[in-house]
Amino acid sequence: MDETTSLIQIKGIRDGLLVTLAGAEWPDLVKAFIENMDSRSAFFQGGRVTLDVGLQELRVAELSALRDQLSERGVSLWAVLSESPLTERTAQNLGLATRLSKPARIEVRAEPEQLPEDMAKWVKGPLRSGGRIEFKGNVVVMGDVNSGAEIVAGGSIIVWGRLRGVVHAGAQGDENAVVCALELAPTQLRIAGEIAVSPKKQGKSQPEVARLQDGNLTAEPWHM
Amino acid sequence: MTAKVITIASGKGGVGKTTSVANIAVALATRGQKVTCIDGDIGLRNLDVVLGLENRIVYDLVDVIEGRCRLRQAMIRDKRLSDLYLIPAAQTRDKTAVSPSDMVRLCDELRPEVDWIIIDSPAGIERGFKNAIAAADRVLVMTNPEVSAVRDADRVIGLLEAEGKGPAALIINRLNPAMVRRGDMLSVEDVLDLLAIDLIGIVPEDENVVVASNKGMPLALDGKNKAGQAFQNIARRLMGEKVPFLDLETQNVFQRLLWRK
Repeated sequence: MDETTSLIQIKGIRDGLLVTLAGAEWPDLVKAFIENMDSRSAFFQGGRVTLDVGLQELRVAELSALRDQLSERGVSLWAVLSESPLTERTAQNLGLATRLSKPARIEVRAEPEQLPEDMAKWVKGPLRSGGRIEFKGNVVVMGDVNSGAEIVAGGSIIVWGRLRGVVHAGAQGDENAVVCALELAPTQLRIAGEIAVSPKKQGKSQPEVARLQDGNLTAEPWHM
Repeated sequence: MTAKVITIASGKGGVGKTTSVANIAVALATRGQKVTCIDGDIGLRNLDVVLGLENRIVYDLVDVIEGRCRLRQAMIRDKRLSDLYLIPAAQTRDKTAVSPSDMVRLCDELRPEVDWIIIDSPAGIERGFKNAIAAADRVLVMTNPEVSAVRDADRVIGLLEAEGKGPAALIINRLNPAMVRRGDMLSVEDVLDLLAIDLIGIVPEDENVVVASNKGMPLALDGKNKAGQAFQNIARRLMGEKVPFLDLETQNVFQRLLWRK
């Protein structure tokens, strides 16, 4: 590794490229970065760059100069991460973001296109308000699903706990998908294209399973 | 001294965070602890009023962070309790004037000086909330026995778990035992059942809390009031004591059995 690349690290992230500039004086870092960019302009062209500058204290003039140099090369600087409050403020003054948006807590990326039929996503509960699970196969939750949480599954959904959030089973149109819970009281329940809300329940609850029967959503006691 | 940093958060506004911060801080200070409260609600500061210190503000949190004064200069000492300090929020700025790393640095500077740092988080889950929890060793989540407040608390607990700030402890504020008995209010059990975290305090509904806040005389100064006692108990639990929860039900066991279905 030559000296230039040791000063800067470039990494692909969700929001574009993360460039870490550390371990040298700012002018040297900028120089190294610009050289690196010019040597691989096709790689950078049209990119969105987030800079991580660590403890560097940067003023508006320094940061805006770099931003302009980047934009001359067709690269947009959109965020600056820093541990220095001065630099953070500078970045804010320039209208740059100072934090990366984190991916949602339990966001699940549906991975393989071809899922075996018995593939299930295992989730340890409770799934709290704001939590969202999206999966192409079946979803099993060990614990409660609170209201404000959402599960979207290509297959069936089983909740070993109280289901109070919004669930959508058979989201890709599978009408044989079912939703089971120890206490079935979802804010809204969808299977394939049908939507239902829980009826007000009286008395003791019992495990139930909801399924589509002749185009109607029905819930009945869950006998295994 | 190495202070413990406690943040009180709720998600929903108006559940009583500021009042609780004031009362818990007062309760700790009456127990000989050195306490600094920080008002994290920049732009909508209130804690100074509830503590009765609003006319003594010279410097604020943003002044410290932007280097216009030393930390010490922004700490307002309470008139009644010499071990209680407040760092007020700026009223003329907004949440973006402070970053989470600023809060961490500020608290680290303060840690050797006091036993407790109590941070009042603003409502919401955005920048102000992130700032308030950044330095926290422990977060107390506050809710009322209402469905909307409980749902917001649930969201906050989820966010805290995601940030590695768990496990949070729960304060249930404004519980009305009579309404719970009639089945018109969620009970402590209902709330705990839903949120599934440890309980650290139950504060009964009490008109005097409002009166005290308006006067700038936190109730915890008065040991006789039930709500004041509840805040004293939270302080004791924070200090590691085992304190049973107040008996807010005046009925006996037999009556209680009758009410249960």
